[in-house]
Amino acid sequence: MSRMIAAIALAVSVAAAARADVTVSAAASLQNAFVEIGKSYEAANPGVKVSFNFGASGQLLQQIAQGAPADVLATADVATMDKAEAQKLIVTDTRAPFASNTLVLVAPAGSGTVTSLEGLRRPVIKRIALGTPDSVPAGSYAKSALDAAGLWEALKPRYVFGQNVRQVLDYVARGEVDAGFVYATDAALMKDKVRVVATVPVSPPILYPIAVVKGSTDDPAARRFVELVRSDAGRTILARFGFGAP
Amino acid sequence: MLTPLLLTLKVASAATLMALVAGVVAARLIARYRFPGREVIDALCTLPMVMPPTVLGYYLIVLIGRRGWLGAWLWERLGITLMFTWEGAALAAAVVAFPLVFKGARAAFEGVDRQLEGAARTLGVSESGIFLRVTLPLAWRGVLAGTMLAFARATGEFGATLMVAGNIPGRTQTLSLAVYDAVQRGDDRFAAYLVAVTSVVCVAILLGAGKLLKPRA
Repeated sequence: MSRMIAAIALAVSVAAAARADVTVSAAASLQNAFVEIGKSYEAANPGVKVSFNFGASGQLLQQIAQGAPADVLATADVATMDKAEAQKLIVTDTRAPFASNTLVLVAPAGSGTVTSLEGLRRPVIKRIALGTPDSVPAGSYAKSALDAAGLWEALKPRYVFGQNVRQVLDYVARGEVDAGFVYATDAALMKDKVRVVATVPVSPPILYPIAVVKGSTDDPAARRFVELVRSDAGRTILARFGFGAP
Repeated sequence: MLTPLLLTLKVASAATLMALVAGVVAARLIARYRFPGREVIDALCTLPMVMPPTVLGYYLIVLIGRRGWLGAWLWERLGITLMFTWEGAALAAAVVAFPLVFKGARAAFEGVDRQLEGAARTLGVSESGIFLRVTLPLAWRGVLAGTMLAFARATGEFGATLMVAGNIPGRTQTLSLAVYDAVQRGDDRFAAYLVAVTSVVCVAILLGAGKLLKPRA
């Protein structure tokens, strides 16, 4: 499902780029907040349309590296944005962190089997969902947290890898897995279906950077979007969905 | 390096076997008997060919997920689930490949001369005997053509498989999923290797099918 949505979003973004509107490639976890910010951008900039392409940060980076016409990139981790900068894909002086988040361990609502990170060792826990660490930042954060707790190798046979963090959330919400690692902001969207078991310590902390993509068809419009995200109005919307200040 | 290929062959073989049995039975019923709702069943059997695999994947999750109609029973009674297993991947591929066997077999069965079946019946051959010794030998070429296409389709299955079986290296990550994964993380070399392997396998299937199906001179 998410792949189909990503494909549609990409097709839409191609069409949008042809009309010189703003296409924003953003981490899946930003979806709800960015759709709201997009609405207020369109209200403030009549005639300019914002299109979104949501996906795993690593996937967005690959798309842009292969020439996908995006104007703004917002990732869920500093590492992916560093790669974008190293590959000279973004306008460096527009890059800035704009939000922070926390990683949480979640379980399906109503199940009591998972009680803590260490408790994942219990044999009754058969499946643990996390994002593919190579392309999904939430998965990479989860992997380093499990590594730090000395659990990564021991739990290996139980992992189910999601294509992005929202797919992991969906697996937990449907009860297909016993536990999963998502952001606190994701868990808050499905309070009735998932239960937050614990906040997972992550270092360095989870920061979201944003930047204008080099070769953007409408650079000023893209810069205005970045400014809106970083403005008080943008912060307010992000805070409403649970994102912290950078 | 070979794991995705071996897993793909395992999944596609199991899927083709399921699709073959179900497809031949369904095609025989539709081709042989007239009953109310026949056209509806025919349409339902063809549906997986025209529906997006993601829609099939969703139906399968609703059906066999741990909280699905059938899946909840399996999970609570027997403690087993098809989600995130290679068997689940095979089921997803079987559903997608089924119409190819069904369509091919139905056309082949309808092409068999009914008088030959009638002649066998007057000689006292049982209905199952007629099917095995008269109808199937005359229709095997069409059934096999459909089966070959079903195998090829099962080999390349992506959407429904991803939704039902996940993308677990070594367990459910078939060739098409491994290619997707490698491209996602920017590992173009591994992607190119997998693409080459897939291309060779597909060409081999098509050549093999062509040879098997060539009419005898």
